[in-house]
Amino acid sequence: MSEDYRQARWPEPLLFEIARSNASKYKAVTWHDEMSYDRESIIESIPKSLLRENLNLPEVSEIEVIRHFTRLSQMNYSVSTGFYPLGSCTMKYNPVGNEEVAMMDELINIHPLQDVSTVQGCLEILYRLEKLLCTVTGMDRFSFAPAAGAHGEFAGCLIMRKYHLVKGENRKVIIVPDSAHGTNPASASMAGFEIEEVQSDNKGMVNVEKLKEMMGEDVAGLMLTNPNTIGLFENRIKEIVEIIHSYDGLLYYDGANLNAIAGIVRPGDMGFDIVHLNLHKTFSTPHGGGGPGSGPIGVKKRLEKFLPPPLIAFSPERGYYFEEPDKKSIGRIKAFHGNFLVCVKAYAYLLRLGWQGLREASEISVLASNYLLSKLKSMEGVIVPFDPELPRKHEFVVSFKKLLKDTGVSTIDIAKRLLDYGFHAPTIYFPLIVEEAFMVEPTETEPKRELDRYAETLRQIIKEAYTAPENIKKAPTNMSVNRVDEVKANHPRTITLSWKIYTKRIKSKEEGEEK
Amino acid sequence: MSKSIKHNPFIPHTDEEIAEMMRSIGINSIDELFNDIPKEFIIKKEPDFEGPFSEKEMLERISNIAVKNLYYPRVQLHIGQGIYLRYVPAAVKEILRRSEYLTSYTPYQPEASQGMLTALFEYQSLMAELLGLEIVNSSMYDWSTALGEAGRMAIRLSGRKKIIIGKYVFKERLEVLNTYIEPMGGFIKEIGYTTEGELNVEELERNLHDSAALYVEYPNAVGFIMKNLDELAEIVHRKGAYLITGVEPTVLGLIKSPGEIGADIAVGEGQSLGLPLSFGGPSLGIFACKDDPKMLRNMPGRLIGMTEDVNGTSRCFAMVLQTREQHIKREKATSNICTNQALMAVGVATYLALLGRSGLRELAEYIFTLTNKAIEKFHKLDFVKIPFYGLPHYQEFVYSVKEMTADKVLKGLLEKGIIGGLNIASDYPELGEAIVTCFTEVHSLASVNNYISALKAVVRHE
Repeated sequence: MSEDYRQARWPEPLLFEIARSNASKYKAVTWHDEMSYDRESIIESIPKSLLRENLNLPEVSEIEVIRHFTRLSQMNYSVSTGFYPLGSCTMKYNPVGNEEVAMMDELINIHPLQDVSTVQGCLEILYRLEKLLCTVTGMDRFSFAPAAGAHGEFAGCLIMRKYHLVKGENRKVIIVPDSAHGTNPASASMAGFEIEEVQSDNKGMVNVEKLKEMMGEDVAGLMLTNPNTIGLFENRIKEIVEIIHSYDGLLYYDGANLNAIAGIVRPGDMGFDIVHLNLHKTFSTPHGGGGPGSGPIGVKKRLEKFLPPPLIAFSPERGYYFEEPDKKSIGRIKAFHGNFLVCVKAYAYLLRLGWQGLREASEISVLASNYLLSKLKSMEGVIVPFDPELPRKHEFVVSFKKLLKDTGVSTIDIAKRLLDYGFHAPTIYFPLIVEEAFMVEPTETEPKRELDRYAETLRQIIKEAYTAPENIKKAPTNMSVNRVDEVKANHPRTITLSWKIYTKRIKSKEEGEEK
Repeated sequence: MSKSIKHNPFIPHTDEEIAEMMRSIGINSIDELFNDIPKEFIIKKEPDFEGPFSEKEMLERISNIAVKNLYYPRVQLHIGQGIYLRYVPAAVKEILRRSEYLTSYTPYQPEASQGMLTALFEYQSLMAELLGLEIVNSSMYDWSTALGEAGRMAIRLSGRKKIIIGKYVFKERLEVLNTYIEPMGGFIKEIGYTTEGELNVEELERNLHDSAALYVEYPNAVGFIMKNLDELAEIVHRKGAYLITGVEPTVLGLIKSPGEIGADIAVGEGQSLGLPLSFGGPSLGIFACKDDPKMLRNMPGRLIGMTEDVNGTSRCFAMVLQTREQHIKREKATSNICTNQALMAVGVATYLALLGRSGLRELAEYIFTLTNKAIEKFHKLDFVKIPFYGLPHYQEFVYSVKEMTADKVLKGLLEKGIIGGLNIASDYPELGEAIVTCFTEVHSLASVNNYISALKAVVRHE
């Protein structure tokens, strides 16, 4: 173990900087005689007032395109290249076999508006996946419309709103824990709710007594992650459910942390009414540098009518078909049928695992997390917030508050220094209820050797923090760039969001100098 | 007690390694790690499930289901409405397959993720040139949700609730807009066209004083481009409203950009820039706005900016203005969006880089030429009616067959191996038994002729 790691460091210019006119030779179309003959006269028929005159797209050759984007890719850390223990993100291995499925012509060369008789294969895959997800979660019905977790949350919040509205109640409030993912309050707010935060108790879990005081006729429901973002299972879940249900409120399950409990317990059995899943987390589909994901939304039977289209059904006479949405549906939240190819990969994953394999994934993800924590908790400057004896689930949070006080080295410095050793940093400064939070989710697919190396590296970095803190402040130095100036990136006078803004600013600067 | 992994092929640990981990934690059984979960909830019986299968078995099973689809090129395909059949260049496929992009997360640590950040900055930059607007976010889920967010943004900025829509917007997109703005008290008012194919300006002016925005698409869902497109911004701005445009981006190789016609916000679907159909997803929501500080602060989605390292020695890229986003602002964020469609944006950047200015111009000219050749050929058929004949069309157009339902025509065509278009008779009753059909660069005059022969046979009941 050493600092021998080096990320690629290409001095790669931008496309705009290597462009030359007429450098692009790629032919996107083939003109045959009869068409080229009429080309000019047809183009001339367009009203002059509509015709575009200038288009400043750069022109480069094909080899330059391939080389450019390949070099850039080499300056991008990924699960394929190394350990990526981002908490609450479940960066597990993305099986390459699943990618093969998502390249089949039979699945990618299909238009979403084709007649239902011509897309029976697509519908069958979604139908089968829905059945499996119902089994995993204890829900009765899923819609695949949401393109991501937050999108599923938005749908879920709209369902809560509609559920109360059809009873003639305009409930204004949704409760979220102070440890919740940021998307929870943001989604509820988008759906028109006010947000009330319930504090965590000294065990790092929902303060059930406070929740009881907050609950009332004006509360539409509670959004909860279980296990929560501390990595602790909310073991008073039964009481929580009773409190919410006693006022006819609804319980929403944020599926971001399902990887800890899939095959072991089901949100539906715990009393949750609505669930979103992140197929790009628990179900192994790749994150694509930010997306695409898929966030299917599932509900108990009594809420089925509120789901957004499309819903897929089957009958022996009709085959697979799209069910006509109920009049009480929250309405469409995305055109077409969700991120279909992501769903296909998740289906492929579940076929590989089977029920027992899914259970093993949860068990080992929890084992790996507690194993890594067992190594970290004895390290100097590391605090384990809340009861250190309680087992964590698939992720855990430690605090570097003491380390910061002792050495002046903060969590972000540790994160940056980890990069130098070829590791991705964990999620930092989240959840908000832990100071100098450092949130690690190793997942079940990380080899033990890497877990050990990670712990050993962290031990070394902490030692460095106590002996040579100035080194850590300079990190990273082994990546394609040194520490990025995020202040400059955000400053109103220097913020540069496109080449167009960059050139405009340079130009106005030059003109200013001439004057 | 030991544990061995028997079913999950992706868990790398040997039995010894698992035992060692258990020892380190101080447990005898993995079940101990779940002791805090109330017993009554623990699943006791194994339910019905599929799998486990080997990779080969899994591929066979999914192939056997997938072949039940009818897919291009086994059929001639002529449907559009936001998602278009495109030739996907090998270069785009090659870059999208690179696992360094594919298996990375949102670039929270910019030093480790310069590749993705640079590619996304280039996507924003290329799209900014194409749209003629300075600021483009690094993606929304799709066109429909980008429109939903644009509606919300205009309502936030103006304090008004009404969004005016120029007629012929694909109905699912309109439904999504409604779902997005309804919780804010927002609503939609639709206006139509004059017989000359101009957006009805009188109707527009009557509605503007209490409207947040006008939303128009070009081409619209029936394929034509409104003739007074470049006159709308002035009218809209005079009444303090915003102009939002929706575009199928290839048209911008030929037709004025949203920026050039004075739009404040532009949305659209990036799939048509070299990405596969994928049954409608994943696609790519385009979202852009003017370089205006107030609009920028109100913008949804992730933005990548150019900066330097702290020593000021090298150029680099980072996510910026995260203070608008959910993980910082929580309920006060401009949107809840987190996971987006970043990889699709990299694919589109590759496509635009490959085609360049001249390639995109040629693509648009080809599609325009082919569409209008097809319209002429259809027009010559005495049994065909073309309701918007004479207006400038791009990629799609509407026709109906005299004395035959749209449904019957499409069924007849399908029997002859052609998915001929979309039945829009119930969406727009004023157009009769109308079918909207679509021609892209994947088609040629031979496809037009083949379509017409099939149509003749259907009409003659052959």
